[in-house]
Amino acid sequence: MRLINIRPSRPAVILLAMLPFVLVVLAYVIGSDIRRAENPRDKLLPAPAAVVERAADLATEPDRRSRAILLWADTGASLRRLAIGVGVAASIALIFGLVIGLIPLARAGLASFVSFLSLIPPLALLPILFIVFGLGEVSKVVLIAIGITPFMIRDLSQRVLEIPQEQIVKAQTLGASTWQIATRVAMPQISPRLIQAIRLSLGPAWLFLIAAEAIAAQEGLGYRIFLVRRYLAMDVIIPYVCWITVLAFFIDWSLRRLSQRAFRWAHVEGDSL
Amino acid sequence: MSSVSVENVFKLYDGRPVLERVEVEIPSGEFCSIVGASGCGKSTFLRMLLAQETPSSGQIRIGDRPMAKEPGPDRGVVFQRYSVFPHLSVRDNLILPQDFAGSGFLGRLFGSARRKAKEEADTVLERIGLSHMADAWPSQLSGGMQQRLAIAQALVRRPEVLLLDEPFGALDPGTRKSMHGFLLDLWKETGMTIFMVSHDLSEAFQLGTRVLVFDKPRWDPHDPAAFGATITRDFKLTEKKWKTDHVPA
Repeated sequence: MRLINIRPSRPAVILLAMLPFVLVVLAYVIGSDIRRAENPRDKLLPAPAAVVERAADLATEPDRRSRAILLWADTGASLRRLAIGVGVAASIALIFGLVIGLIPLARAGLASFVSFLSLIPPLALLPILFIVFGLGEVSKVVLIAIGITPFMIRDLSQRVLEIPQEQIVKAQTLGASTWQIATRVAMPQISPRLIQAIRLSLGPAWLFLIAAEAIAAQEGLGYRIFLVRRYLAMDVIIPYVCWITVLAFFIDWSLRRLSQRAFRWAHVEGDSL
Repeated sequence: MSSVSVENVFKLYDGRPVLERVEVEIPSGEFCSIVGASGCGKSTFLRMLLAQETPSSGQIRIGDRPMAKEPGPDRGVVFQRYSVFPHLSVRDNLILPQDFAGSGFLGRLFGSARRKAKEEADTVLERIGLSHMADAWPSQLSGGMQQRLAIAQALVRRPEVLLLDEPFGALDPGTRKSMHGFLLDLWKETGMTIFMVSHDLSEAFQLGTRVLVFDKPRWDPHDPAAFGATITRDFKLTEKKWKTDHVPA
């Protein structure tokens, strides 16, 4: 039988899905064992038990100086920045996407400008943001927003353009104004696309967040990782990286669920991912 | 209801004529089929009737009003595909035109106005046999059901002219036949003027009281795009009188 025709059974699927995770953990354990056999105080690959213990501490014990539980304080600060940045970007992208996609005058004026903007490397703007907005929260949020907004605008205006012309014409023959077409025909149809665009831009959003936090912050997941890097504290960095990954996964998962719940019409015909 | 007059219409794309010297007068209440080979401007003609496109020269008028610059509620349209809104339930697709008419800013009726619109929509659903699918999404309907819904939706604002662009092109023969009956009933009921572009000659002659044939009267073998198409034959089938008119080229 050809390889392409062999389909795994249900338990095999679960087993195969877990296999890469198990292998990675195994590789770590073995590597850690080898290094600690040479040097029991090895900092690079600390013992799994030590990492877990330290992670539990971070999540339960208040910090001596700030009296806050570090993991939760950092998570709260980072998620707030991420939410505001992505929220602002999504709102701007929705409005501009609709305007550019629906109105030829706006398209003529803005489309090439937006694609030009999207080519500016956002991290190169970070110094400017720090100068203009100071080292506080604003510059971090603005970096996230600037980093992902142009991409989202381009994506959404393209989606609006992809709405079949027939529908736009039909709406006009039913007496709809431009405003009504935008709000009742185009916006509901690109809303699932908006969520998809948010999901796609979360990766870059995290990147900008951690970059901004690494350079100037008092708390935040990215700040903590870069702070403890000086002490080679892998037992903090590893749980933090895992935690960030879990957060990112959970946000992505809930956005997908939200789309399936709120826009059932868009998910009638399959459409996974 | 009002007649449709097309006066010496030309349509050029990039300087190339697609349609030339189109001249026809359609009295109110006519069922006008439009046939012709692919690429001979049938759909372009329909889009101009719809006011989605404007003629390069000449006039198209409904009644005695000046030529429309953009599509409006005096003309309804049904396309072969994408005619209903996929994000609205079947019932909401029928309420939407009333939402547009009754609520300029929110685009949505509330309270008693909405209840009234809903009742009207349910009456129409009953009429087109889709009551049991009222809460389904259009993508869950069969092709024939979708087109019934599209036609019903186009009629909510009571247009004077209904334009159909190969409305049954994607349907199987059985469904197509029942759709013919459905359309003829509606036409007799409302007395509106219908234009239907069709690929199917028998369908065109069976339904139409008037059949317009589009073709290129002149043909340059070295430059096929040099001349546009026009109405070459105009069959008037009203009252079973099979009269053939030649339009002077």
